[in-house]
Amino acid sequence: MSIDQQVNKVRIDPLSGVPTTGHEWDGIEELNTPLPRWWVWTFAATVVWSIAYCIVYPAWPLLHGATEGLLGWHSRTAVVQDIAALQETRAPILEKIKNAPIDTIEKNPELLLAARTVGRVAFLNNCAACHGAGAQGAKGYPNLNDDDWLWGGKLSDIRTTIEHGVRWDADKDTRSGTMPAFGRDGLLTPQQVSEVADWVRTMADLPDALAPEPAGEKLYNDNCAVCHGADGKGNQSVGAPNLFDAIWLYGSDKGAIVNRIMQGGGGVMPAWKGRLDDTTIKALTVYAHSLGGGQ
Amino acid sequence: MSNATHHAPPSGLQKLIETNSMMLVLGILLMVSVGGLVEIVPLFYLKNTIEKVDGVRPYTPLELAGFNIYVREGCYTCHSQMIRPLRDEVERYGHYSLAAESMYDHPFQWGSKRNGPDLARVGGKYSNDWQRDHLRDPRSVVPSSIMPGYPFLSKTLLNGEHLAEQMRVLRIVGVPYSDDQIDNAVADLAAQASSDDAGGPDVQKRYPNAVLGDVAGKTSVTEEDALIAYLQHLGVSVDFKLYDDKANIR
Ligand code: HEC
Ligand code: HEC
Ligand code: HEC
Repeated sequence: MSIDQQVNKVRIDPLSGVPTTGHEWDGIEELNTPLPRWWVWTFAATVVWSIAYCIVYPAWPLLHGATEGLLGWHSRTAVVQDIAALQETRAPILEKIKNAPIDTIEKNPELLLAARTVGRVAFLNNCAACHGAGAQGAKGYPNLNDDDWLWGGKLSDIRTTIEHGVRWDADKDTRSGTMPAFGRDGLLTPQQVSEVADWVRTMADLPDALAPEPAGEKLYNDNCAVCHGADGKGNQSVGAPNLFDAIWLYGSDKGAIVNRIMQGGGGVMPAWKGRLDDTTIKALTVYAHSLGGGQ
Repeated sequence: MSNATHHAPPSGLQKLIETNSMMLVLGILLMVSVGGLVEIVPLFYLKNTIEKVDGVRPYTPLELAGFNIYVREGCYTCHSQMIRPLRDEVERYGHYSLAAESMYDHPFQWGSKRNGPDLARVGGKYSNDWQRDHLRDPRSVVPSSIMPGYPFLSKTLLNGEHLAEQMRVLRIVGVPYSDDQIDNAVADLAAQASSDDAGGPDVQKRYPNAVLGDVAGKTSVTEEDALIAYLQHLGVSVDFKLYDDKANIR
């Protein structure tokens, strides 16, 4: 019985048989229906729970820090422990990948499977946005499934590319080699750019290549062969691609090729050493190598 | 209240509150603010809520302009900048976020929704080329992306008119911009956007580890340039090889 009920005239509502609170406004009275038992008990339980929680876990801010809680639990310690536990479960296989010389991994089916699994996860998380989820590449980002390599398809080449990136200035060992902007910097006239582009397209056997001007071949040999080779096969030490094949990083239409010769430059890939640990990079190397084009 | 004489109305505090709507409002405000006060006020005086770390510096003018565009475009509606101390997040994104890493963000961009990935450590993950491709047309690089394209950013010249004023205001709320930094805001803005501007080294002197643009001889700075400079700075300030996890357990 609340004070209200003692002070006010409490009566039983004749229709519902429930007592009223005694409050009455403009002839409307308030019923005093008791709360369901289960609700009252649940409420009491949450109060008890919250008190226990405050004692066991960090809770109340004080003057110099928060109460620590009896368990001494911290989210930052917990995550470190969780990761350590995870590494422990993975350790047997990660240790094997770590300790095996990289060129033996592919010969051991168990290790290969493990390296590919670790590599694939890391690839989807870090590389797929550029190289595509299936490593199929996109304009400006090379396909890693084929055997056409800009910087070399041996395990050691691939590892260097991943560790140090390509034209990634923040890494002093990064792969470098940049095509001059022949058109923009006036090394060739627009007419010459067009001629040498036609020559390249003819040598690449593109079906819609125009019959090249004889000048095109000379322009090529004078300006392009240093990097792309007289045979057009390219040069992996400067990342110059094979031009006389069917694989194009930026497209094979004349506009794309003219644009390349006008603008020069080259694609940029970040360096992953430091960002990813060595075992992950090793697994990624094996993953990329085993996609189909490894040499 | 015609029949009030039949039943005595409630008395004391209850009567005061139930018969006086302003008192009811005040009472509600008082109750609700207790929760807020207990959670928020300690953050102002507890020193241990922000870790002491090396390397976090105020944004350069170009990065700050990028921050403004990030807020204006509502990137936070799809992206968080808060790697929680949970195993799976640390595995995917890297070291969990520290409060110190966002101490100069006003307002902070922790976010609460992840339609896209967390961006707290996206700095240096991709090249500027990729960021440009992706902002102009996300599906050109990630075919299944649901992120909207922002091609207009590359066509909109950056308006840096109010940056110095913004820096002055930020200084009032505790971002340690120096007079030198504020006076040179406009010059630094242009200098950082180019790879070869004469003022580049000055920017890097005023803002350690500032990364210059990747295009030589830039004559105009776009909103896209600023946004990319900001994105490339996310999460790269603290060197976690030198950071002692145990020093900041709490
Ligand atoms: C920001 C985009 C980007 C990301 C992210 C990226 N790459 Fe690359 N990658 C490139 C570009 C661009 C090239 C080609 C550079 C050039 O034009 O020479 C390349 C080249 C490569 C090559 C050499 C290909 C060849 O033909 O020689 C390999 C191998 C490679 N990437 C693997 C990876 C792996 C593994 C990852 C993830 C850890 C990764 N890349 C992440 C952009 C990226
Ligand atoms: C200093 C070395 C160098 C010289 C000289 C050079 N290139 Fe290149 N070229 C490169 C590099 C490196 C790339 C790769 C760019 C990239 O990976 O983004 C390239 C790429 C290209 C491409 C794009 C290939 C593709 O797969 O899409 C074309 C076309 C091309 N060069 C044509 C030429 C022509 C024509 C000349 C002569 C006028 C020339 N290059 C001279 C280094 C050079
Ligand atoms: C409608 C939701 C949405 C909005 C708004 C949005 N994004 Fe995204 N964003 C995504 C999704 C989904 C992805 C993942 C797919 C992809 O890479 O495009 C993503 C990916 C990204 C990535 C690559 C992250 C990584 O680690 O791979 C960056 C950087 C990014 N967004 C920046 C921005 C910026 C800057 C803005 C504001 C101008 C923005 N996003 C607005 C949904 C959004």
